[in-house]
Amino acid sequence: MRIECPHCGERDLREFTYRGHALALSRPSEGASAEEWDDFLHNRDNPAGATQDLWRHDPCGAWLVAERSTTTHQVRATRAVRGGEA
Amino acid sequence: MRVRGGHEIDRRTPIRFTFDGRVIEGFQGDTVASALMAAGVRLVGRSFKYHRPRGLVTAGSDEPNALVTTGQGAEQRPNTRATMQEIWPGLEVQSQNRWPSLSIDAMAVNDLVSPFLGAGFYYKTFMWPRSFWEKVYEPAIRRAAGLGALSGDSAADRSERAFAHCDLLVIGAGPTGLMAALTAARAGADVILADENTRPGGRLLSERIEVGDEPGAEWAARAAAELAAMPNVRILSRTTVTGAYDGGTFGALERVALHAAPGAAPPECFWRIAARRAVLAAGALERSIAFPSNDRPGILMAGAARSYLHRWGVTPGKRVAIFGNNSDIYRTAKDLSAAGVEIAFVADTRPGESGKGDWPVFQDARVVATRGRRGLSGIKLDHSGGTAQLRADALLVAGGWNPAVHLTCHMNGRPVWDEAIAAFVPAPGAVPGLIAAGAAAGRFSTAACLADGVRAAGEALEELGYSLRGRPDLPEAEDAPYDITPLWTVKAPGRAWLDLQNDVTTKDVRQAAQENMTSVEHMKRYTTQGMATDQGKGSNVQALAVLADATGRGIAATGTTTFRPPYVPVPIGAMGAGARGEGFAPRRLSPTHAACVARGAPMIEAGLWMRPSYFPRDGERDWRESCDREVGHVRHAAGVADVSTLGKIDVQGPDAGRFLDFVYANGMSGLAPGRVRYGLMLREDGHVMDDGTAARLGDAHFLVSTTTAAAAQVMAHMEFVQQAYLPDLDVAFSSVTDAWAQFAVAGPRARDLLDRVLDRPVSWDGWPFMSCGDVSVGGVPGRLFRISFSGELGYEIAVPARYGGALFEALVARAEDMGGGAYGMEAMNVLRLEKGFLTHAEMHGRVTAFDIGLQGMLSAKKDFIGKGAAARPGLLDATRERLVGLRAVEPEDRIVAGAHLFGETGSEGYVTSAGFSPTLGGFIGLGFLRNGPERYGERLILKDRLRRIEAKVDVVAPGPFDPEGGRMRG
Ligand SMILES: [Zn+2]
Repeated sequence: MRIECPHCGERDLREFTYRGHALALSRPSEGASAEEWDDFLHNRDNPAGATQDLWRHDPCGAWLVAERSTTTHQVRATRAVRGGEA
Repeated sequence: MRVRGGHEIDRRTPIRFTFDGRVIEGFQGDTVASALMAAGVRLVGRSFKYHRPRGLVTAGSDEPNALVTTGQGAEQRPNTRATMQEIWPGLEVQSQNRWPSLSIDAMAVNDLVSPFLGAGFYYKTFMWPRSFWEKVYEPAIRRAAGLGALSGDSAADRSERAFAHCDLLVIGAGPTGLMAALTAARAGADVILADENTRPGGRLLSERIEVGDEPGAEWAARAAAELAAMPNVRILSRTTVTGAYDGGTFGALERVALHAAPGAAPPECFWRIAARRAVLAAGALERSIAFPSNDRPGILMAGAARSYLHRWGVTPGKRVAIFGNNSDIYRTAKDLSAAGVEIAFVADTRPGESGKGDWPVFQDARVVATRGRRGLSGIKLDHSGGTAQLRADALLVAGGWNPAVHLTCHMNGRPVWDEAIAAFVPAPGAVPGLIAAGAAAGRFSTAACLADGVRAAGEALEELGYSLRGRPDLPEAEDAPYDITPLWTVKAPGRAWLDLQNDVTTKDVRQAAQENMTSVEHMKRYTTQGMATDQGKGSNVQALAVLADATGRGIAATGTTTFRPPYVPVPIGAMGAGARGEGFAPRRLSPTHAACVARGAPMIEAGLWMRPSYFPRDGERDWRESCDREVGHVRHAAGVADVSTLGKIDVQGPDAGRFLDFVYANGMSGLAPGRVRYGLMLREDGHVMDDGTAARLGDAHFLVSTTTAAAAQVMAHMEFVQQAYLPDLDVAFSSVTDAWAQFAVAGPRARDLLDRVLDRPVSWDGWPFMSCGDVSVGGVPGRLFRISFSGELGYEIAVPARYGGALFEALVARAEDMGGGAYGMEAMNVLRLEKGFLTHAEMHGRVTAFDIGLQGMLSAKKDFIGKGAAARPGLLDATRERLVGLRAVEPEDRIVAGAHLFGETGSEGYVTSAGFSPTLGGFIGLGFLRNGPERYGERLILKDRLRRIEAKVDVVAPGPFDPEGGRMRG
């Protein structure tokens, strides 16, 4: 599998570390309810099809969002977490 | 029998090797299989379950029978296909799965009891009693039903791995692959042409076919030579593409030097190829027909016989018979007859067909029985005119061709049934970017293959944006129709084999259907059809046909099993080449490594780092004596320890303080320049991630330290927090772990010791507890931190890494003058246990700040990572397992990490760290206990049932030594 790092270009999967769904970008603000924290921390959908993953490109330290299909593993697009719209 | 011809062999170079100790002579270029055939050896192996005598069936990597072991000891390779192993002088080949010898195999008794060993035998027989499975059945089955064995010696790690990138990967170098490669290469694309044989050509080497106005083999050699001369082409010969993976990645196994005596070259190389596009030109595999006793040595594929004839100049017999359901039977008869082989007969399963020739042709024919104990001697035939009994020493079977669709199925694609050729063909687009062409796509004539190679490469190039210049002209070639009337099985009494390697017969498949294993996947697992090392390459489609017939469905409706990578077995030693022992992970060495080793310190792994365990001195009998002494250095004089491996992250920018406020649970922005603060980092789920210190070196400059183990995790975490949550802050940071060597200097005389190496003395008032700043060591600028992980007056001094070794030597020498010395990991652990300081033994991922008594550090004034989740009531429950100190009651009793703490209700906690404290004169430890801090003074029973340790322990506050911290603060 190959993933496009916004800084380094298309690279082999083994240069990347996976970190779950991009929902982790939508951090509740201080004082949010327990339910909001629960959703943010624990609750994830398990779609058959399009999903958004967080990956880190280890050599350059960039975190990115990959639009990936869980059924084909195809990575449709990637964008940097920093500066990319959430 | 050797005859004329053979593209592969060089008759001027005879080569001798041994087969089961017998010397066999072949020629340079022979495979073990072709050399054995030339020598008249027919019996080459025993079948897996029934130990039936078996001979060669194919001439390629799909061989089910001729598995042999080559070499000995570390070079021993089991399950080598004799058809793929080229011979070299001195090669030692052993047959497999026989005892005591290939010709007399005691286990052949299995064949006599075969009625009891059919499909589902294991499931039905070995159910009860359960304990018999491990002790009796399984060892017996393993001995009886085996493939080749490993020597047990550690294999030399000599294989290689390699990576390659290309525009177009062409898989297979037959007529299709060569045309595809020529088309792409002439257009300027980067091409890799991978082929599993010794030389390019594919079936052109195995048939008498003209391409243009020259023999096919010569055309192939010319095409290959043109490709080899082009800078944008890499030809990988002896290379099997083994798997298709996501994103245009392919695995390939190159047999680099298996065709020669072990030498400097790696035996194999496992390639990972990233290809923008790929053409699958892997050809097709010939399949058999299931007739009674179709497994005798001497019965082989007709296409394989033509390969042996044209590639190596050998034939499987002197008087051969041919049986088949398509036009290949006449081509086979013509070729072998031309080579001087007597054709016993041609048996055509089709009614009303007959090719011309000087041999008997039977129509509407079926082979209904064969004779010959260890090799074929006679054949019984039913045909349109009656029956016939005929003598022959080889029977060549042509059951039709299956396109090599395997790679197109590796990403979940299912092949499609094509009635016209009675075979599965690849589903288009099954692997993104992979285009099947030629015989692999079900186009079998040479002319069609040549044209299809151009078409497939053209499609790929167009998608890549290449303009098609220099497109090769299509040479003329045979374009005969492939005329097949499928016949899968002969209905006659007797066992008819499908999967030769796993001994699966047509009866087994019918029985599976009868027992309602009608799904093809169930049938496969029930019968083990296709589960051998050849993965049923030659037998799966026949088995489907039998299942389809037994269940009254068509083959298309029955469907196929799933083909998974690898296409051929890949040795783990090749796939993981270079990743053994020290190659498994990088090894990080501190600047003091050589100095520590020179002092005799055993170096132990700490993450990727190697760190000194202790520094033995003359007269010390074990590590404990050294450790006790080193603890004494720190408690009574001065000790020096290398702490360079701790993570160091340099954080700079006007917003550095604000950033760290969000990363740490406690505040950092209020820290004054020149001061150091202990910090705690949580994960977002409210549990402790890591601890360490942050030193403020300037207004906009911090140095964060992490534990050795968590350095990489903390760095990645900080990057995520910054990029995801705080992108607008003006802050940047970088790991500087390797840039600085750092040493703990601790003990009552630590300041004295430092003064002996620093250019200016350390003033007492200028360097209060938890201060930091610049110093100079022999003119080298360094940094000094007054921090302590031992509970003594302590400093950490840092210099650029290249001065680390020299500074360590200087510090240790002066410490020894003062009655101190270097101390290692063991002493460091005891010192911190005496003080109740924590490591990742305690911060093991399931503990909260509340659990370790640091809830008070969580700032109420600001948001930070983990704040919300740490406030969950369940994480603040007093009954949680919380940090306590432990002391052994009896002086001779041990405390061990991992032991459980038993109270009145059973196990109420566990020990995380323990050690002998020479300072306190007994074993101490840290652990977690329900309601921990409320239970100081209680006496519990410690039990480690694995090590059979039991001891009374007292629950105490963590850190019993100098609890007020006066020694550390000064
Ligand atoms: Zn990158």
